[in-house]
Amino acid sequence: MAYTVARPKLTFAEKIYLPAIVAGLAITWKHLINTLTGRKKVTMQYPEEKWDANLPEHYRGAPTLVKDEHGRERCVACQLCEFICPPRAIRIKPGELPRESKWAKVEKYPEEFDIDMIRCIYCGLCEEVCPEQAIFLRKDYAITGLSREEMVHNKAKLYELGGVRTGLVHKWNEKK
Amino acid sequence: MIDWALIGFSLAKTIGVIFLIVLPMVSYTVYAERRVSAAIQDRVGPNRTGIPLSLIGFKSDIQLGLGGLGQPIADAVKFILKEDFTPAHVNKFYYWLAPGLAMIPSLMALSVIPFGSSILGVPMVIVDVNVGILFVFAVASLSVYGIVIGGWASNSKYPFLGGVRSSAQMISYELSLGLSVIPAFLVFGQMNLSEIVLWQRDNGWLLSPFWLERWSWNPAEWVGILSQSFDLQRLLLWIPILISAGVFMIALFAETNRLPFDLPESETELVAGYHTEYSSMKFALFFLGEYCAMIAGSAVFVTLFLGGWTLPFIPDGSATWFFGISLPTGWEWLPSVFWGFINIAVFFAKVALLLFLFIWVRWTLPRFRYDQLMKLGWVVMFEVALANIVLAALILAFIRTT
Repeated sequence: MAYTVARPKLTFAEKIYLPAIVAGLAITWKHLINTLTGRKKVTMQYPEEKWDANLPEHYRGAPTLVKDEHGRERCVACQLCEFICPPRAIRIKPGELPRESKWAKVEKYPEEFDIDMIRCIYCGLCEEVCPEQAIFLRKDYAITGLSREEMVHNKAKLYELGGVRTGLVHKWNEKK
Repeated sequence: MIDWALIGFSLAKTIGVIFLIVLPMVSYTVYAERRVSAAIQDRVGPNRTGIPLSLIGFKSDIQLGLGGLGQPIADAVKFILKEDFTPAHVNKFYYWLAPGLAMIPSLMALSVIPFGSSILGVPMVIVDVNVGILFVFAVASLSVYGIVIGGWASNSKYPFLGGVRSSAQMISYELSLGLSVIPAFLVFGQMNLSEIVLWQRDNGWLLSPFWLERWSWNPAEWVGILSQSFDLQRLLLWIPILISAGVFMIALFAETNRLPFDLPESETELVAGYHTEYSSMKFALFFLGEYCAMIAGSAVFVTLFLGGWTLPFIPDGSATWFFGISLPTGWEWLPSVFWGFINIAVFFAKVALLLFLFIWVRWTLPRFRYDQLMKLGWVVMFEVALANIVLAALILAFIRTT
């Protein structure tokens, strides 16, 4: 059903626009001066200034693999992260630990572990799903490369980015 | 008998003004527009144009470190190197003609505007014609053809709508543009723009309500000087002159397609308006034509209302005074050249201030709706300008002080 929208009654000052225009000009002038004098600074000059020092703890940067304080790989090649990864960026080739290894009871380790950083969407599901706390999203955000091959992070690169992370993980617990 | 000196000076002035002052000014107005709009919106804007040596194999780029002043040059190179694409469905002849038609009239309008006093006796105006302002209006109104033909020749709906809107808008506002300055000419009594500037040098800028005939640094004389300077007719004329300047300014905004009157372009409604189908340098010509029209319009406004190249206490190019220094023989040309260039600088500084106003207004106001635009043009501006003429004429006829 058609109905008429009531038009607002405008005062004379509103009808001749000019007071509103002057008020608007005053607002933009204030912004102009604030920006020019640097009183209000919003933009960061990126390559020279970086946000790195202020990144929050929960920041989700590039996914990485970590070792524990004894230098062992935490990953047991369970492939849960490979299955959960929404863009299917992770490829794992599992391998079996040799019987004479000190940590032979862990049974498996990743022979190859590739994360394709062109596909990765930094969602953090791999970190969330990992039962061994072996994969973490660190604070690296500027992942660049000149070829597709370079953008695939292999195991060595992932450990280099990840470093060492200490703390209890169940699989190393002797009582288990 | 051909006057070769006149031809030579005219050519030198044309090249000097168009290629050394106006065209660089156009490209740097685009840059200023981007920086000012950025500052108004709390952003930074283009501030780091370098010379990209890394593209041709060197390790690093040259950073000019001038706050992005290389941006217009980079833009020009980009526009020239881009593919100049002509769609298959356009009318080729008019499609190619339109960008030039948009750019050239505004440059032509600049030819009658006195941009400086004189240097060594050569007047700083390209052609000094007695119909000055009529020539400006006649030529400047041609730029609507560039837009209309561009919109029509593109043979596409959005450009066509933009062109149609543009023709209606330009014709409507041309009326108020022409009528609004008539009170100014009633005061000046002539249309020669050089003479108008000289009148303002002797009687004060048109936009000021009084004029100090002389000045003294002795405070005891100030009351006497002020009481001599006020003149009832001049003071009353200030009202129609202010209205005239206001209507002229608003009509200029409409004529140059600037916000709040940029309906021919209106990105949010018509993609890009009349230049949707244009690319590369042809698009750039439309774009630069708009800025060129802004400069021409500001130059006319400065000449009519803000005293052209004059500034109080600054002598003109015929001066022999040079800071009280007695010049050695062979250096008599120095004051003329110095003050001549100062006058030119003053003129373009005033134009630059008006250009800033254009930019400032653009980033403050939203666009008018089409019917509001037409209503404002025909119901408000036209009547105000007409009534203003009558008011100015009455004041001039019945209130005489001399």
